[in-house]
Amino acid sequence: MTTVFTPMARTLPSHRLDLATHERTHGISPLAAFSGAEGRRRFVAEVGAADLRGRGGAGFPTARKLAAVQGRRAVVVANGCEGDPLSHKDNTLLTLAPHLVLDGVQLAAQAVAATEAVLCVHRGSTAIASVLAALAERRDPVPVRVAEIPPRYVASEESALVNYLTTGDARPTGKEPRPAERGVGGRPTLVDNVDTLAQLALVARAGADAYRRSRTDLVTVSGAVRSPGVVEVQAGLPIADLLVRAGGAAEPVQAVLVGGYGGTWLPWAATGTHLGAVPGIASVHVLPVSACGLDFTTKMLAQLAGESARQCGPCMFGLPAIAGDFAALLQGDADAVARLDRRLPLVTGRGTCAHPDGAVRLGAAALAVFRDDVTSHIRHRRCLTRARRAA
Amino acid sequence: MTGHRLTVDPIGCRAHGLCAEALPEAIGLDEWGYPVLANGPVPPGLVAEARRAAAACPALALRLRKVH
Repeated sequence: MTTVFTPMARTLPSHRLDLATHERTHGISPLAAFSGAEGRRRFVAEVGAADLRGRGGAGFPTARKLAAVQGRRAVVVANGCEGDPLSHKDNTLLTLAPHLVLDGVQLAAQAVAATEAVLCVHRGSTAIASVLAALAERRDPVPVRVAEIPPRYVASEESALVNYLTTGDARPTGKEPRPAERGVGGRPTLVDNVDTLAQLALVARAGADAYRRSRTDLVTVSGAVRSPGVVEVQAGLPIADLLVRAGGAAEPVQAVLVGGYGGTWLPWAATGTHLGAVPGIASVHVLPVSACGLDFTTKMLAQLAGESARQCGPCMFGLPAIAGDFAALLQGDADAVARLDRRLPLVTGRGTCAHPDGAVRLGAAALAVFRDDVTSHIRHRRCLTRARRAA
Repeated sequence: MTGHRLTVDPIGCRAHGLCAEALPEAIGLDEWGYPVLANGPVPPGLVAEARRAAAACPALALRLRKVH
């Protein structure tokens, strides 16, 4: 018997909150309480004590990011692009609770002494209307503009965003110079995911201790569950329990993909672990026993190869080669495994951004978790499920 | 302890491969001609060679940096 945990949904409301309902629900943003040099220091310390980490996938401590942005005329970039097809939490958050994000933008802007903020969403995002309506309701000290980013997966990577906002080229530029030192237009820049900024707004209201006690995660659940979508769950909840919040499995499950397209496959038996233990964005895709994990992975790898910015050799040539090896493997090419054993370890860490690393993580996890399917595809040119069904 | 470390700018690299010819002890090439660097700092005896390898890169993508 498992206990179904129903937390008080703190971040995501069931319907959109305008400014009045937002302030009735959460109270007025305590911006004034953290003003001035001393207030800023206190705010960064509070965020540090709350142990808030970036929710865009990298998990870097937010307080350290805030502290790293020094200097005049800083810029805050709120990243709501969410390029990963298996994640909708940021879009849902901007649609339902835009004021929580915008409160966070103002708090962050105050903390780094920014004079300008840019909220980035992908071109054509369904959240734009909600964000613009929310901005029209507010009287914020720091002006916020909305920027629409080209719909390429790597365009929402931190350095790519800064590059786009500065030059109009939405390709990653690498780790140096760091945006905190030289970001948008050469100005010190804080780039934070919109979910992270919403959490800042909650930390400011609740204080670090209360925040830590009641912390929740926004997780996108897709695939073979009864109610796919974004769920808000207590942080640290085992993945298997998290699926219960999405209506539970719709059919027998063989594995879950945790962390989005650049994520990790876990066999069903390993879903007692929690999301924080797995790298990547807060996303769980549920693969039923009736589907082929290798086939699914092959399609994802082909997409990831197509999404390369084609700047770095190991990504530009490595990802199509790896995707091709998976396609060959599906067709029963026994040599494909040896090629993958050689190629997969060779690509990681050799691109300017983490895009190729994610693709490699996905491919390597698939080979490990669907090992029996690999054998079946080579012997029978079909996965275990279909081979069993045919027998 | 001070040492030297090689880095490649992956965007700048155009797979000329001259670095691997100049310093085969620490630089290999992948199947597409892009350099794969040995892990860790450059052995002290190879620092002069490494400097020559960096200077040989037509794309100025290979760098030798001092690390502390």
